[in-house]
Amino acid sequence: MAVTPPPVVLAARGLTRQYPGVRALDGVDLTLRAGEIHALLGENGAGKSTLINLLTGAQPRDGGTITVDGVDIDPDGPGGAVRAGIAAVYQEITLLPNLSVAQNLYLGREPTRWGLVHRSRMNREGAALLRRFGLTIDASRPLSDFSTAVQQLIAIARAVDLSAKVLILDEPTASLDTAEVQTLFTLLRSLRDQGLAIVFVTHFLDQVYALTDRITVLRNGRLVGERRTADLPRLDLVAMMLGKTPTAESHLSRRPATATPAGAPLVRAEGLGRRRLVGAFDAELHAGAVLGAAGLLGSGRTETALLLFGVETADQGQLLVDGKAVTLRSPRDAIRLGFGFCPEDRKLDGIVAGLSIRENIVLALQAKRGWWRRLSTAQQHELADRYIKLLDIRTPDAEKPIQLLSGGNQQKALLARWLATEPRLLILDEPTRGIDVGAHAEIVRLLEDLRDRGMALYVISSEIEEVAAYSDRVLVMRDRAPAGLLEGESITPAAIVNAIAADHHTKGAA
Amino acid sequence: MNAVIQRLKAARPQLALLVLALLVNVFVAPGFLDLRLQDGRLFGGLIDILNRGAPVMLLAVGMAPVIATRGIDLSVGVIMAISGAVAAAGVNAGLAWPAAILAALGTGLACGLWNGLLVAVFRLQPIVATLILMVAGRGIAQLITEGRILTFTEPHLIAVAGATLAALPLPVVLALAAAGLTGLLVRATALGLFVEAVGTNPRSSRLAGVHTGLVLGAVYVWSGLMAALAGLIATADIKGADANNAGLWLELDAILAVVIGGTSLYGGRFSIGRSVLGALVLQAMRTAILRAGLPPELNLVLMALVVAAVLTQQSPAFRPMATRLMARLKNKEARA
Repeated sequence: MAVTPPPVVLAARGLTRQYPGVRALDGVDLTLRAGEIHALLGENGAGKSTLINLLTGAQPRDGGTITVDGVDIDPDGPGGAVRAGIAAVYQEITLLPNLSVAQNLYLGREPTRWGLVHRSRMNREGAALLRRFGLTIDASRPLSDFSTAVQQLIAIARAVDLSAKVLILDEPTASLDTAEVQTLFTLLRSLRDQGLAIVFVTHFLDQVYALTDRITVLRNGRLVGERRTADLPRLDLVAMMLGKTPTAESHLSRRPATATPAGAPLVRAEGLGRRRLVGAFDAELHAGAVLGAAGLLGSGRTETALLLFGVETADQGQLLVDGKAVTLRSPRDAIRLGFGFCPEDRKLDGIVAGLSIRENIVLALQAKRGWWRRLSTAQQHELADRYIKLLDIRTPDAEKPIQLLSGGNQQKALLARWLATEPRLLILDEPTRGIDVGAHAEIVRLLEDLRDRGMALYVISSEIEEVAAYSDRVLVMRDRAPAGLLEGESITPAAIVNAIAADHHTKGAA
Repeated sequence: MNAVIQRLKAARPQLALLVLALLVNVFVAPGFLDLRLQDGRLFGGLIDILNRGAPVMLLAVGMAPVIATRGIDLSVGVIMAISGAVAAAGVNAGLAWPAAILAALGTGLACGLWNGLLVAVFRLQPIVATLILMVAGRGIAQLITEGRILTFTEPHLIAVAGATLAALPLPVVLALAAAGLTGLLVRATALGLFVEAVGTNPRSSRLAGVHTGLVLGAVYVWSGLMAALAGLIATADIKGADANNAGLWLELDAILAVVIGGTSLYGGRFSIGRSVLGALVLQAMRTAILRAGLPPELNLVLMALVVAAVLTQQSPAFRPMATRLMARLKNKEARA
């Protein structure tokens, strides 16, 4: 700590961004120093993407300042940010695969001769530029000829060549294998040593510790803190990300531990898995019991649900329902067995925006009955009104388009969609994400009520305290594989955080 | 009763357009609204519009659910030509007329099945998938007619366009019946809900257990059937199968009719009734231009203008722009 800190390149103060109904970013600070790799961490909805969008000018900010080398900047679009020295490379590579490598490198700033693109010079200079990044390739070949990893390096080369002060990398390793990750890291370290400030967004904690110098953690749109990587034990980092100090007492009271659920399980997964999706995991789901699933973003927690609901088909292990082996090839197969699934992304995978609350509620039941046996309009109204009342969905009537509801009420409508099918197993992925505190407690109460009435529940959540409070057993996932199963009295928030953070030496390469 | 009123309310823009187009007709051709009964059949301008508009009405009835799934069917004009050719070749080859008609309709179903397969199973983009048949189909029709206009004299086949039922030309009855049947099929079963759900959010729909592939396939099959029926009428009308010109560009008319009917090309809500009104609006405009003695070329320009107006009005970017413009105008007034 005696070393004088390197000069600050970029300082963002009090950045705020308001979306309709939700503050995506709330007074967040970020300080980037020359010659440092800075990890930006947080769960889904923490505000990482919004922060990056404000820095690159992709979205306007509603408050706060950004200075680069002490000068206030106000990027009004990616062009402005690049001029100020900020460039970003995204997980989904945003280059043009049908153009040549050199064309991609110099898009919008091609070297010209007599007003025409000087193609041979562009190819020559492109190849020379890439050699400095350790790539010896023919720059005149189409970008699509090269692997994702090489494309990633080309994107970085372009970004650094455009503006060499701040480089933002959003999940750059998500689709790379271990060797490719090492190549990327070598390059990033050499760029760091040249004095670049690098922002590294990832959900692989091993990579955070292998590469970065400093860490900024966001949660629910707020800054949790900035730490030096070397001074922050992994356990504390996980606790920061999940908003839970491992030692603090839970404010939610845990119900008395039940004995291990009696009788045969309703659903039993034995070594269920799928290559490149999630490693083999075991799970037992009993009527009247909750199996919780915990883990960080990208740990494979969502993927377990995709296999259990037939969204993806398992290629190993087996699934037993009522003791009989079944293969789920589509959600329809799962629904026929009496399963229901509230997905993580309500907007993309849950609600059918544009249709009414009523239509959204009856959709799954109607699909189960088939197209011929239509629920009459009267039946639909009866069903919708019953669940609106039962779940206390706040709406003047059932005919309102569902997208006008708040997040919590949309979630309740999706619950209603499945409850209408009278499922035996309900799978919920992040049922309380993006929901205000009041609705939060209501949803949790609803789940407990469903369990008490004999439904089997599988609840995936990053809210550790909630998982600890209502689960009979907790499956902990890490690096797309199971990392432990907690039962009975051993389920405490601290134990879950410990299991998530436990050191682990295989690289998380998806 | 309430439901009927609500539906009429929802169709106000289409009804207004239709009334406007009809008024233009009255203006250029006094006596346009006169109806007379002769030999048990109604005659008059309104009947003409219904009769001439029947093929596009049928195409629109098939196209509306397709567009509601965020798809499009560019092959319907060509399916008209193929089914007409099959019917004509059939009766000329000595096939009984019911068999020829069934063969023509079956051809339409097969064409629709092909489109549905490409879209629902092989996941081709609808515009490309149906373009394949649009390009290949003229050739297929020409192979059947051997490049000639295949005329026929089979009276029953001719009657498809010429007969009278309940004082109305048979094409009108067929188009209205098809519209009614389709409306019943989508609204009395859950198909309408599934079509709108799949068109709005296919991912959510699949997760909710909707058989998205089946829904997608079914709308193209139905569109093929409607197109085949339209093809029969067009062929019967000229007593011959013209592989080059039957149904030429009518897929565009059908798409326009559905769009005028208020269905967004981004999928979602659709209405069979309003799509039929859209087809009638197009036909009324066309008739007005012809009756006014204006060059028929003008027809295309005018239709383009109507479509531009309808689409702009539907565009999400338009409303804020219009609101701002109005506010600015009001400000100016206030200052003046």
